[in-house]
Amino acid sequence: MKLEIRGITKRFGALVANDHIDLVVEPGEIHALLGENGAGKSTLMNVLYGLYRADEGDILLDDVPQHFSGPGDAMAAGIGMVHQHFMLIPVFTVAENVMLGHEPTKAGGRLDLPTARAKVREISERFGFDIDPDALVEDLPVGVQQRVEIIKALSRDAKVLVFDEPTAVLTPQETDELIEIMRQLKAAGTSIVFITHKLREVRAIADRITVIRLGKVVGEASPTASNVELASLMVGRAVELTVDKGASVPGGPALVVEDLSVINPRGDVVVKNVSFDVCAGEVLVIAGVQGNGQTELTEALLGLQERVTGRITLDGKPLTGRSVRQILDAGVGFVPEDRTEDGIVAEFTIAENLMLDRSTAAPFVKAGNLQLDYRDQFAREKVTEFDIRTQGIDTHAGRLSGGNQQKVVLARELSRDLRMFVAAQPTRGLDVGSIEVVHSRIIETRDSGIPVIVISTELDEVTALADRILVMYRGGIIGIVPGDTSRDVLGLMMAGEAPAGTGAAA
Amino acid sequence: MSDKSREAEVQPEPAPQQTARPEAGEEPSRWGQAARDIVGGSAMISVLSVIIALAVGAVLIAWTDERVQETAAYFFARPGDTFAAIWEAVAGAYSALFQGSVYNFRREGFAAGIRPLTETLTFATPLIAAGLGVGVAFRVGMFNIGGRGQMLVAAAAAGWVGFALELPAVLHVAVAVLAGMVAGAIWGGIAGLLKARTGAHEVITTIMLNFVALYFVAYLLRTPGALQAPGSNNPKTPPMQETAILPDLLGPNYNLHFGFILVIAATVFVWWLMNRSSLGFQFRAVGENPHAARVAGMPVKMIYVYAMLFAGGFAGLAGVNQVLGTVTTGFGQGIDAGIGFDAITVALLGRSRPWGIFAAGILFGAFKAGGFSMQAAEGVPVDIVVVVQSLIVLFIAAPPLVRAIFRLPTPGAAPRRTLTPKEVAAK
Repeated sequence: MKLEIRGITKRFGALVANDHIDLVVEPGEIHALLGENGAGKSTLMNVLYGLYRADEGDILLDDVPQHFSGPGDAMAAGIGMVHQHFMLIPVFTVAENVMLGHEPTKAGGRLDLPTARAKVREISERFGFDIDPDALVEDLPVGVQQRVEIIKALSRDAKVLVFDEPTAVLTPQETDELIEIMRQLKAAGTSIVFITHKLREVRAIADRITVIRLGKVVGEASPTASNVELASLMVGRAVELTVDKGASVPGGPALVVEDLSVINPRGDVVVKNVSFDVCAGEVLVIAGVQGNGQTELTEALLGLQERVTGRITLDGKPLTGRSVRQILDAGVGFVPEDRTEDGIVAEFTIAENLMLDRSTAAPFVKAGNLQLDYRDQFAREKVTEFDIRTQGIDTHAGRLSGGNQQKVVLARELSRDLRMFVAAQPTRGLDVGSIEVVHSRIIETRDSGIPVIVISTELDEVTALADRILVMYRGGIIGIVPGDTSRDVLGLMMAGEAPAGTGAAA
Repeated sequence: MSDKSREAEVQPEPAPQQTARPEAGEEPSRWGQAARDIVGGSAMISVLSVIIALAVGAVLIAWTDERVQETAAYFFARPGDTFAAIWEAVAGAYSALFQGSVYNFRREGFAAGIRPLTETLTFATPLIAAGLGVGVAFRVGMFNIGGRGQMLVAAAAAGWVGFALELPAVLHVAVAVLAGMVAGAIWGGIAGLLKARTGAHEVITTIMLNFVALYFVAYLLRTPGALQAPGSNNPKTPPMQETAILPDLLGPNYNLHFGFILVIAATVFVWWLMNRSSLGFQFRAVGENPHAARVAGMPVKMIYVYAMLFAGGFAGLAGVNQVLGTVTTGFGQGIDAGIGFDAITVALLGRSRPWGIFAAGILFGAFKAGGFSMQAAEGVPVDIVVVVQSLIVLFIAAPPLVRAIFRLPTPGAAPRRTLTPKEVAAK
């Protein structure tokens, strides 16, 4: 089926999220929609899927104009979507999830589960998936859940499939498998729209590439274009894709973690007997697929986990058993993984957010009174120093873009007297420009002789920043390898295979 | 290793949705979101809600007015009669409300004419105090439904000090006020402690503590030697001693007492606490985003306890006002007079801001003072006032409705619907 988008414009108040966007996807074509976060990709797809109504423009399927008033219409017309955040009900089985929304029924309104099961089996076989229709979705790994989403779309005879940032949660190997699935779909005549901001994947699979920036189509590119060309199209200027960093000058071990285990509230051991150290002046990147204990390990370092055994010492002083306040006071700077949830208070101003973790002592508080003049002066300095793009220090942090929010967090943490710096997923969801800033700040921090831990799931980031790489798998350390380890080896380690030559510490 | 087994091992967490959603994070609890909406509402919405509620109240007044009903029977013959009757009913009722709450033109001289206003302030005094108690808790993201219980224990403590102890003049009233506020604070603090230690939701615990307080005070009121007046079988305390009574502000002709000054002081204190103090900064941070507050090293659980101590203390001040200022001849278990619940409305209308609560408390005080004169003068049921109060809350709780009626733009609606335009907007 041929999909044509003609002059789609979508406004939110004064803001134009999509500005006369044209896009043609031929049958059996994989069309990549490339753009930074906030460029308007998702808005366009939500228009296509009937979630938003376009202010102007038309959607044509096989040259027939369509008018969608909801996702139901879009699905009926043959558009399927694999969402970035899976739209599955965890406590339902695969078959139940697949039939959700168009349940086949027998007489008397009884559910016809056998039909749904058969459908799941039929589609699985067609694409070589090995999926049990009666498995509970919550028991399935993320990659398999994504396949359930694909089956769900295909079960409604989708001729146009939209993949919204499908690789964000996958291991490199799972990503390869997904790309293979997309090739099969393409061979079967399905038109595919592939939304992403990862250049490598685009070049691996796309037939054509459309780049969107600030709501407008800024150009088309062929898959043969270089990464630098694509990135500068996305950002609108030349960008530095590699981090400019000199060799590290590591000092002695500053942070020493011995035999650390973390038990989550459900009683599962999520970090198992982990031992490692970080030297002053080096960046240790903790890599791994999301959900292998990195989050809990990071939280344990900050005193945010309740049940922790083992020892953590920083410069010889123990951090275990201390409150978050005491650990922050010991000089640990922290950029949390979930910025909007843990890093900032959206309803607070920039100035208030910049003093968030220094709200009890001088210089921001004296005798229980907030020092507003000092706070505002500090905020103005930091806004300039970190190039936070805002109308003023009284702007609510929630109104900033992700990149600028992250700069607020960085400014706050790096302005303290640090003995150690922990940054969890520091560039997740950021645009290329902000990533540059964050990376260079991290390297600067390292170069000032501070031990730095970066937690990242993005291989690009891991290899760009790391002096050493610690790969976590199922709560343990699968290995600690030098920063120049190849991506293939890292990918295998992330999938649980210990590298040859290094003793697996897990 | 086969495909499937490897994938099965890659994801050890049985709840992958959570980990797969970096941006969405944990869903904020519904109560927390509601608290944020309430606190975040605009002053304009509050004012417009009052206006709409008064308009709806006018319709109800006209609807229930006998004269209007009579003239409506021959509406098509002489519609003028109906409109005149409607005008008379509504204008009469609202002017009685005004004269009963602000200035009575029928009385001779300013001193008598202004008496309704002082009545309004007298009614407003405990409403403001308890409203501050609810408002402080709101700002920390908690629903303090326990104003009634906190007021009752405060009234009991202050009342006991007031009638049972013999102390010098100024000291006596000070000790009584303090005893009441401390008792209220402890009662509120229990709910805070339960939340901090066990995670018990404060809505449940404060409501239940209301009953505990009610029956505990009822028991004390029936127990000779506790709160019951000696030689009496009624569940009622003896009158307060002269030394423990909050002095009248404007002389014996007016009911307005020193409690109003205390409430002004409390309002100033809450303003300082929330806007200028380190503790208030932490209160607000925990109220807006407890996760970020925790990561920033704030002792979130202790903040809940502190907040409920303050909340209970202010509700306690309302109870103190009742027994040492308004009803000094001894009190029974109905001494809270529903103020603990009206306080929720006051805090809502005042958007949990100290001076907003102050203004809202005075408005509700005016409704109380004027409602009676409306009934007396015009025969309009006093229930209309309650309906108007309820409608105010209803409209505040539904800002989109108010905006639709007045065709106001929806602030920040578009950026909230999706991340995409928000980020573009900020660039």
